[in-house]
Amino acid sequence: MNASGRRGGRLGAAGAYGIALAFLAAAMLVSALVGAADLNPVATVAAMLDRIPFVHLPSNLDPLDRAVLFQIRLPRIVLGAMVGGLLSVAGAGYQGVFRNPLVDSGMLGASAGAGLGATLAIVYLGGHGYGPAAVPVAAFAGSLAGVAIAYLAGAVGGPGTATLLLAGVAVGLFLAAVQTYVLQRSAQDLQQVYYWLLGSLSGATWQQAVEILPYSVISVTIVLLHGRHLDVLSVGDEEARALGTYPGRIRLVVVAACALAAASAVAVSGLIGFVGIVVPHVVRRLAGPSYRLVLPLSLLVGAGFLVLADTLARTVVSPAELPIGVVTALVGSPVFVWILRSTSAVHT
Amino acid sequence: MSTIAVRALTVNLDHVPVLHAVSCTVESGGWMALIGPNGAGKTTLLRAVAGLLPHRGTILLDGADIGSLRGRGRARLIAYVPQTPVLPPDMTVEEYVLLGRTPHLSYLGGPGRRDREKAAEASDRLDVARFGYRRLGSLSSGERQRVVLARALAQEPGVLLLDEPTSLLDIGHQQQVLELVDDLRCSRGVTVVSTLHDLTSASQYAGELVLLHQGRIEAAGAATAVLTEDLIARVYAARVTVSTDPGGSTIVTPVREPPAA
Repeated sequence: MNASGRRGGRLGAAGAYGIALAFLAAAMLVSALVGAADLNPVATVAAMLDRIPFVHLPSNLDPLDRAVLFQIRLPRIVLGAMVGGLLSVAGAGYQGVFRNPLVDSGMLGASAGAGLGATLAIVYLGGHGYGPAAVPVAAFAGSLAGVAIAYLAGAVGGPGTATLLLAGVAVGLFLAAVQTYVLQRSAQDLQQVYYWLLGSLSGATWQQAVEILPYSVISVTIVLLHGRHLDVLSVGDEEARALGTYPGRIRLVVVAACALAAASAVAVSGLIGFVGIVVPHVVRRLAGPSYRLVLPLSLLVGAGFLVLADTLARTVVSPAELPIGVVTALVGSPVFVWILRSTSAVHT
Repeated sequence: MSTIAVRALTVNLDHVPVLHAVSCTVESGGWMALIGPNGAGKTTLLRAVAGLLPHRGTILLDGADIGSLRGRGRARLIAYVPQTPVLPPDMTVEEYVLLGRTPHLSYLGGPGRRDREKAAEASDRLDVARFGYRRLGSLSSGERQRVVLARALAQEPGVLLLDEPTSLLDIGHQQQVLELVDDLRCSRGVTVVSTLHDLTSASQYAGELVLLHQGRIEAAGAATAVLTEDLIARVYAARVTVSTDPGGSTIVTPVREPPAA
């Protein structure tokens, strides 16, 4: 039997990392080359490689194309990669913590909290001219607050993941109701809020990428360091405790880190669904269920997936743009159904 | 050396007393079987010793109170195998057995070469190494039970707590698993505490039987002392005959009342 046959069709770790990295690199390259301005592929690649320390490549990209590449496309690609990676890692982390493959960062009140925060900022601060600056901060704070409320509400109900998830759903519905009420009273902001809710990277800047970088690094590092603990949790709380771990503590740390990751993403992109569910599933099919692989691979594949989705979002109906949430859902739902079908075929 | 002594152990579940001041001892390298009808408190006793339930009373390991010992410290001494372990269907046998090394790893550390060696050794011991690449979801009941035991063995515990290790197995696999456990006990000096439904198996493998009934110890000691027709009739409300086989083991046979003519 060959190596892949012995693993039931799975790739080894090295192969999986290779594919994920190649996918991300290809996605970024395609995205850099595709768009309204027609950039010369060779010159573009040379100009990008030239920016890598110690690499010096002359590029004959003209100044205008150079500006398009470095001031418009690349910040958007980098931000898209960060958002996709963050959402996917957070989704995989939540799935591990709750032992539930259908959970993602939108649960536990995170999306509803972010939505309410952004809505409040647009409605109450937009008129004073603070809106654009306040929305990311408000969404970030709202997302974290949503998770915190859900966690506290769930913890009161006793230990266990089901209580926590139900509390998350309840808190999410409550916050969404408050948001609807606020919007109802301020119909003129409806379009702006609606646009934000569907997610977009159209205003991406290097500044945004730098702003969320510290939160991204901290949250992703913490989640990645807990891959082994999530593997232990997969045998259930009781056996995990018998193996000497503290499931409640692990859950708290990972949920907090995932909440921070998702909040960072939401702050700069709005609500983008499906990435956190679809990407970890695809990764599992490639590399198996161990979170020590699923987490870092989700980071890479999620980054590439969102860069591609954003490329579609800004090119399909060019010069207009589709909300990226629409693209991820349009691509994500069929992929998701396909995954569910093929997975159940394996299990039953 | 791993002598386990339980002193006046009392456990309440949902404010209902499930164990009342239970005391029992099993010598290092011995095998104690907890027997008794459903709901007698066997599993509760096992879980309390594993440190999974709040309890009153003391649990001594080689004379030292381990009641306050939690987490990895306790898991390095005691391995617990529940009646129906959770086996993530897509995890491979190899990955699963390696989880047994968890108590030996630091919080942020991963398994090293030594841990992989110990896991491989445990897999060899239970003859599961040759299908280490298989997914847990594809295993038969007998294979699953051996894989779970391999994980427990990889923990390198002094005490092995087994809840109904044979409940899902046919008679051949039951014997195979019990022989394996007895082998580990003899070769490694592991102390075994198990619940067992089958009274004949209990008498054949365990040196010490503890008969629990409604949270109290009804009888304890060698099989010949504990497995009597009267006691079984009273505690289990069952009709049995008790005999001794040529090897000296006590055989408990269910008897059916002749149908009324």
